[in-house]
Amino acid sequence: MGSMILRTAAGFLLPLLLLFSLFLMLRGHDEPGGGFIAGLVAAGGFAFYTFAFDTRHTRRLLRVDTRSLLGVGLVMAVLSGVPAAFFGQPFFASQWFRFTLPPFGEVTVSTPLLFDIGVYLVVVGVITTIVLTLADPEH
Amino acid sequence: MNPEIALPILIPLLGAAVSVAFWRHMALQRHLAVLATGALLAIGLVLLWEVWHGGILVMDMGVWPAPFGIALVADLLAAIMVVLAGFTGFAVTLYSLVSLDREHENFGYYPLLQLLLAGVCGAFLTGDIFNLFVWFEVMLIASFALLVLGGRRTQMEGGLKYVTLNLIASAIFLTAVGLLYGMVGTLNMADLAVKLAQVEAQGLVTVLSLLFMIAFGIKAAAFPLFFWLPASYHTPPVAISAVFAGLLTKVGVYALYRVFTLIFTHDVGYTHTLLLWGAGLTMLTGVLGAAAQFEFRRILSFHIISQIGYMLMGLALFTPLALLGGIFYIVHHIVVKTNLFLVSGVARRLQGSYELRDLGGLYRSAPGLSVLFLIPALSLAGMPPLSGFFGKFILVRAGLEAGAYAIVFVALLVGLLTLYSMLKIWAEVFWKAAPEPTSPSPAPLQGPERLLLYAPISAMAAVTVAIGLGAAWVYDVAEAAAAQLLDPALYVEAVLGRERLQ
Repeated sequence: MGSMILRTAAGFLLPLLLLFSLFLMLRGHDEPGGGFIAGLVAAGGFAFYTFAFDTRHTRRLLRVDTRSLLGVGLVMAVLSGVPAAFFGQPFFASQWFRFTLPPFGEVTVSTPLLFDIGVYLVVVGVITTIVLTLADPEH
Repeated sequence: MNPEIALPILIPLLGAAVSVAFWRHMALQRHLAVLATGALLAIGLVLLWEVWHGGILVMDMGVWPAPFGIALVADLLAAIMVVLAGFTGFAVTLYSLVSLDREHENFGYYPLLQLLLAGVCGAFLTGDIFNLFVWFEVMLIASFALLVLGGRRTQMEGGLKYVTLNLIASAIFLTAVGLLYGMVGTLNMADLAVKLAQVEAQGLVTVLSLLFMIAFGIKAAAFPLFFWLPASYHTPPVAISAVFAGLLTKVGVYALYRVFTLIFTHDVGYTHTLLLWGAGLTMLTGVLGAAAQFEFRRILSFHIISQIGYMLMGLALFTPLALLGGIFYIVHHIVVKTNLFLVSGVARRLQGSYELRDLGGLYRSAPGLSVLFLIPALSLAGMPPLSGFFGKFILVRAGLEAGAYAIVFVALLVGLLTLYSMLKIWAEVFWKAAPEPTSPSPAPLQGPERLLLYAPISAMAAVTVAIGLGAAWVYDVAEAAAAQLLDPALYVEAVLGRERLQ
């Protein structure tokens, strides 16, 4: 699949898709979007990149083992339920933390965000693992 | 706030997640698996202690109040089951450290095992019937992956039957949950118990209850839909069979206990009579199937089915004593059955086969193992003073008191046939002279391998003896658990508060 057009397009589209997936994930907090759909968009970007180049390039681009991505995501999602226990509430009760970050002013961080990032990573990890395994010529 | 309600789910889930994150670090995965299952056992004991002293514990996840959110509910039965899951998981993990080959480990054995335990504990602790379905699926996915890990032909064949029948069961389960929601508009089990009693068309409720009976019956390997079990349980490595044999079907039994004591008690005369027929036929077919088998693990697999019959008998008779006996039997069965599978693995390790004709002479070459086999085997058959005797004794007594003589007769007959099966294994594997080895015999056991293979088996045998000798104590706990089951008001009050009881 050594198409010049495809390769050039993939080089431009992957960063855009990743950026768009981040936007979708953060937007999902109050509006349609969220970790799952954002993860699919990002994984779609990597799948597209794999079609344009090959699995070796994608793996090098990702740097980490896709299964580790999946594991880290799972750990984050599970851990996001734990802080509530330290405040005497049932597990998975949302916790909100407000603090001032100089350039942005007041920032609010919550455990659902952590959960969403976890879901994002799990989806990216699962889909890229499947795509790369299926696309690998050795298997 | 009692974190110990949710921890039995979170600990193995977190263990699985961290193991996946460190996919290539096998040493870390092994240590983590031992640590996580050990912690699960410890938390299970804490939970049992708390519930024993403080009554039913409830936690509304994410502070969404019941019946809208998902509540975790730990009553005595659930706590007992969590302890057993932790014990089985811990023992099997230790055993797998030396009995599994690298290939299985590299394909994610440890994370899958912990995911399985998380699913099992989730099913025990949830108070929401749709959430129960989700945990069943978590368990099914993990167990299917474990079953076909390695991908040999027989495994695929067994796995296909296993997954097909279990998916059918899941589909029926999901349909039933959907219909239930359509009928009363709630999925919280305590709320269901309250609202179903007010439904006018009680005939429809009975139909629904039968759908649940079929779905859980398949998962529990009850008659007539049990044949996925003997087709698949003898195919994976023995550590995996052992944890399946100990835990998986018992989750189905647990679900039946939960649903048919809390939710569907409107027409006991019909539903529980049906269960009683199922119980009797399950016992008989299981034990007769075992009589025809000559492979160590296949015999044991068929005996799982017949033992499920005893547990169903306790539920079906539906008296305090019968439920007590059923719970006692579950406790006894999980320990004994897991142990017998682990023993079969050691026999295989020593002589390289599961076929009875290829084994022999272990009484001479491994006398310790012979004793460790005899304890669970005789307990399974119901010899005093071991755990199985008391389980059967209570059930038979409950049957006589309820006037159900036919089922008592079947139970006693099946006990006798079980003894026959165990003696067959004893005579073939341990007593007869060792056959001429066709292939070079495996290396003798020594050092840490010997320790890690024998330690779990010995611990489980010790527990079997302890349940027998300390039967009074287990009796008390099971009695209290049965009393909780027979008084659904306690459960409803714990989950929904006092005012909803009216």
